[in-house]
Amino acid sequence: MPQASTAKSLQAGASTRKYRTREELIRFVLFLCAFLSVLTTLSIIAILAWEAYSFFREVGVFDFLAGTRWTPLLEPRSFGVLPLVAGTLQIVVGASLIAIPVGLASAIYLAEFASSQVRRVLKPVLEILAGIPTVVYGYFALTFVTPLIAGIFPSTQIFNAASASIVVGIMVLPMTASLCDDALRAVPESLRQGAFALGATQFEVTLRVVLPAALSGVMASFVLAASRAIGETMAVTLAAGATPRMTLDPLQSIQTMTAYIVQVSLGDTPVGTVEYQTIFAVAALLFTITLGMNIIAQRVLARFREVYE
Amino acid sequence: MNTLTKSEAPISSTQQPRPVLEVVEVTIRYGEKPAINKVSLSIPQHRITAIIGPSGCGKSTLLRAFNRMNDFIPNVKMEGQILYMGSDIYVREVDPVEVRRRIGMVFQKPNPFPKSIFQNVAWGPSINGFTRNLEARVEQSLRRAALWEEVNDRLHESALALSGGQQQRLCIARALAMEPDVILMDEPCSALDPVSTARIEDLMFELKERYTIVIVTHNMQQAARVSNLTAFLENGSLVEFGETDQVFTRPRNKRTEEYVTGRFG
Ligand SMILES: Nc1ncnc2c1ncn2[C@@H]1O[C@H](COP(=O)(O)OP(=O)(O)OP(=O)(O)O)[C@@H](O)[C@H]1O
Ligand SMILES: [Mg+2]
Repeated sequence: MPQASTAKSLQAGASTRKYRTREELIRFVLFLCAFLSVLTTLSIIAILAWEAYSFFREVGVFDFLAGTRWTPLLEPRSFGVLPLVAGTLQIVVGASLIAIPVGLASAIYLAEFASSQVRRVLKPVLEILAGIPTVVYGYFALTFVTPLIAGIFPSTQIFNAASASIVVGIMVLPMTASLCDDALRAVPESLRQGAFALGATQFEVTLRVVLPAALSGVMASFVLAASRAIGETMAVTLAAGATPRMTLDPLQSIQTMTAYIVQVSLGDTPVGTVEYQTIFAVAALLFTITLGMNIIAQRVLARFREVYE
Repeated sequence: MNTLTKSEAPISSTQQPRPVLEVVEVTIRYGEKPAINKVSLSIPQHRITAIIGPSGCGKSTLLRAFNRMNDFIPNVKMEGQILYMGSDIYVREVDPVEVRRRIGMVFQKPNPFPKSIFQNVAWGPSINGFTRNLEARVEQSLRRAALWEEVNDRLHESALALSGGQQQRLCIARALAMEPDVILMDEPCSALDPVSTARIEDLMFELKERYTIVIVTHNMQQAARVSNLTAFLENGSLVEFGETDQVFTRPRNKRTEEYVTGRFG
């Protein structure tokens, strides 16, 4: 008779069925959430593409991508996006010049040199710094960094690329340092021990074993820092100005792609006009650049991984 | 043979091969409780010395003291002296980096760098400024580690593609490339299969012609097979130290006898 009773206990009772229905329901809700977030992303891309398409029925793609004059709101109108791209690039390069070396150096200090007590204090501080609202950085640029630069270079304009680059660099610095630190600390302790046992100094161990072993993670954090700088909006809107201009002079006012989108969104440009659709064209370009960067980064990382893992 | 400091202590002439390392009344603590308690022994040149004992008795702690690898563990305190070629390696004037160049180490788990086979072996010499004839030195080290035949056609491939036993021999080659006097091995075969283990044991026999080897092992047979001298540690104290033959066949101490015959515990 034991067999019969086992078979019976395996049959679903009323309570089991209720419990199964609940499981199904939960699974369905979770699926719906996942589906919704994918759907949202896809519809944003679709709207972006549609509006950009409407824009490009009026303005040639080549005129847009290769034009060096961006005056969509003024007569004579011109839709060459390169000045905005150049402005964005200036911010990215400037910010990277600060965030990459300083961030890497801080991470090396934190991961390889700092005592555990120092680390316990500094690491959370980095994470808090990463959470400061970006508008604060914008005001910091205007009220503190710009006067400082103007004190050294009197030709500095009130709105300028240098000041914005510096604060964007400072803004992405904690994230860069924290991510690099994670990458360095992911290198197994046994590699350090092996290197020390060969008569290496702390510096040799860091630069010639730990850093190369962590290279893919370190590069990934650089790419993330750069893409955050590209997408950064508030600080550059406040500090870099609204003058689309192809220039290498960091002391002049410029405009980034993001700052332009803010300008038009907040302005009184009538919806549906070509002027209004420019922001979708610019946004589509921004999206493409970031996507391209991520794809390239992943390729590079995959190559490093092949060598090191 | 140059020593580590200028204040060179005279090397005591003994009847046996002269001691390369001398441990004098060494006590090592992590915090309060001693992991090594007043241990004294001397390691003769061009011999294999095995350190055996139950888990947690302090074997690794003692071994790491020989090349100052304990420096990396916070809160380690050491009393007593460790002399290398007659001079104390724990005095202020001694650079621990220099100590580790002379006294190499092979770890329990193979830990090759995530670089090519060649770069792994060349790493030690190149950071220490030996860049001439690097190829020759790499080849020689790989030959001495009995790995050359297996890897000479793929020197520039990743070391991580090697088998565990090959990786461990690569780590030995990496240590040999520094041309150390002493090689410390902490359970070098515990992660390896019997065939790889046998290869490394053969290798140790050949290496002792040129190098002084200290090996920590859990494997009684291995200690009996490969070593010339055996030290038996228990609870941080040195219970017995002598010729391996004597320690295994005519142990003086009751505890040693129980341990080597497996009636331990
Ligand atoms: N980093 C450390 N911090 C604190 N205590 C430690 C540390 N390393 C070892 N110990 C303690 O010191 C004692 C000796 O440890 P050790 O690693 O030298 O033993 P062992 O003989 O090598 O053991 P095993 O055979 O398991 O490797 C142990 O009681 C251990 O708990
Ligand atoms: Mg051990």
